[in-house]
Amino acid sequence: MKRFIGFIKKEFYHIFRDKRSLFILFGMPIAQILLFGFAITNEINNVDIAILDHSKDATTQEIIHKIGASKYFSIKQIVIREADIASVFEKGHVKAVLNFEKNFGKNLIKDHKATIQIITDATDPNTANTISNYVNAMLMKYQKELNKDITIAYQIIPETRMVYNPELKSVYMFVPGVMTIILMLVSAMMTSISITREKELGTMEILLVSPLKPFQVIIGKVFPYIFLSIINAVVIVMLSIFIFKMPVHGSLFLLALETVLFIISALALGILISTISETQQSAMMISLMGLMLPVILLSGFIFPISSMPFPLQVISNIIPAKWFIIIIKGIMLKGVGIQFIWKETLILLGMTVFCIALSVKKYKIRLE
Amino acid sequence: MKNNKVIQVEGLTKMFGDFTAVNAITFDVEKGEIFGFLGANGAGKTTAMKMLIGISNPTAGKASVAGFDVFTNAEDIKKNIGYMSQKFALYDDLTVKENSMFFGGIYGLSRKRIKEKSDALIEELGLEKVASKLVGALPLGWKQKLSFSVSLIHDPKIVFLDEPTGGVDPITRRQFWEMIYKTANQGTTVFVTTHYMDEAEYCDRVSIMVNGKIEALDTPKNLKEQFKVANMNDVFLKLARSPSPALPKGKGAERKNTFQN
Repeated sequence: MKRFIGFIKKEFYHIFRDKRSLFILFGMPIAQILLFGFAITNEINNVDIAILDHSKDATTQEIIHKIGASKYFSIKQIVIREADIASVFEKGHVKAVLNFEKNFGKNLIKDHKATIQIITDATDPNTANTISNYVNAMLMKYQKELNKDITIAYQIIPETRMVYNPELKSVYMFVPGVMTIILMLVSAMMTSISITREKELGTMEILLVSPLKPFQVIIGKVFPYIFLSIINAVVIVMLSIFIFKMPVHGSLFLLALETVLFIISALALGILISTISETQQSAMMISLMGLMLPVILLSGFIFPISSMPFPLQVISNIIPAKWFIIIIKGIMLKGVGIQFIWKETLILLGMTVFCIALSVKKYKIRLE
Repeated sequence: MKNNKVIQVEGLTKMFGDFTAVNAITFDVEKGEIFGFLGANGAGKTTAMKMLIGISNPTAGKASVAGFDVFTNAEDIKKNIGYMSQKFALYDDLTVKENSMFFGGIYGLSRKRIKEKSDALIEELGLEKVASKLVGALPLGWKQKLSFSVSLIHDPKIVFLDEPTGGVDPITRRQFWEMIYKTANQGTTVFVTTHYMDEAEYCDRVSIMVNGKIEALDTPKNLKEQFKVANMNDVFLKLARSPSPALPKGKGAERKNTFQN
């Protein structure tokens, strides 16, 4: 036990004397969560649009006014000719052009039908989509106002309710993802780097020649990172609760347990990486390519798994992060208990045991 | 087994697949002896040493270190030996004192003993002024002397030094060998590999490995007489002229015969 404490102490000296690892450990989580929370958002605000009004009647004026007055759009430009639309987009500021047909108001009253063309800059498809949805919604609303005295024979009125995140805040989606990335980064990458560092420096050999057993060396190396990862998880959850007002509907205790399980699975991956890489450089590359990219791309953090091609959906199953994200979204947003996430928990547990067993085996082979 | 034999090796062999890295080597080392373990790069001396310090399992043969069998009691061996590797292997981001405390700690020394030993070691090396400085800031020669002292912190019976003086200046090398002598005089056996043939002259006995086999083993004086040359350098050159492991095995054997005429 005394040896163990000495070892841990040494490990903390390493961590606290290295500015880079300090930054990754403490600067990164805060920076990431704030970035994702504030800067990266799927919502639109004050998007610049342009108007091409062939009709210039009371109706079009009213619609234009309504759109311009909303907080989503600001009208930057009035286009005169059809031919100018291309050049408006080329300048890049304007993301959409609304093109009212000739005699818009007259057609609406006489034929009960008028056309407006919504042209969006789809270099950014997500924004383009959102813009067209927003404009559509505003037109529908206007149309409803016009029709308020008339009864329409058949009418389907969809009433949409967004449960668990009624305001569609993107931060609700990012917090679980960022937490997963950070824990992966700290636990897997930092441990694999710190173990390979000892190999690279030759101190690992000295430790193996000492009476310490290999598993004691490994536990001594990963223990500080378990501790730091837990601190990180707490910081992230606090930030999301107090700054982004993200609710935690489920049990905090269950959240903590699941997080520790995920940390251990990430550590096991880190140990596994350190058994196959000889240098810090390669440990870092393997961690980034083999862990970070799949976590970001395939875990369902940003891109929904259900819309991925089938092979990728299959691959996503072997990524521990996928299961962890399902678990924490369940606990934080839906407030579910273990009875709804025991399957995911079991999968995560199985993966952890597998990784630990594999790295123990690899470690033994290496010592031959 | 006689008591004063601290290392006994008989027919020790290590195979990696088809390749025989260490081929049935046999030798003894006595207590308090400075034993030079020479050989060209790739001759198998590091592999042999790794088997003796318990981090590599032998394929065949017998070996005991400090009275313990390498097959069955590797853990007991580890408690009784010190090891200094080729690479300078202390922690650069720890101070002199923290390093010695840490290594004392992993050998299970008591807190009091660790403090005594590390104070003594710092005083002996004259490092009082830099005791609380990071080791990374020290010159290489000091680091190596410190590394040696740290490998002795738990008073091992045998200390294994793997090319301890690589890359340091002649004065430091001289001081380093003075430390080795002092250690041996206090009864600790020193098992040292080196590339410097002048250092081989300082050893009580040397063995020279070629292609996984020990081709010569005697005192430096006897070896020079046997090969009729003036210094160890020439002994080594005669034995290990083309020690590439890729060399067909037969050739090495032939050469040995011509030497032993």
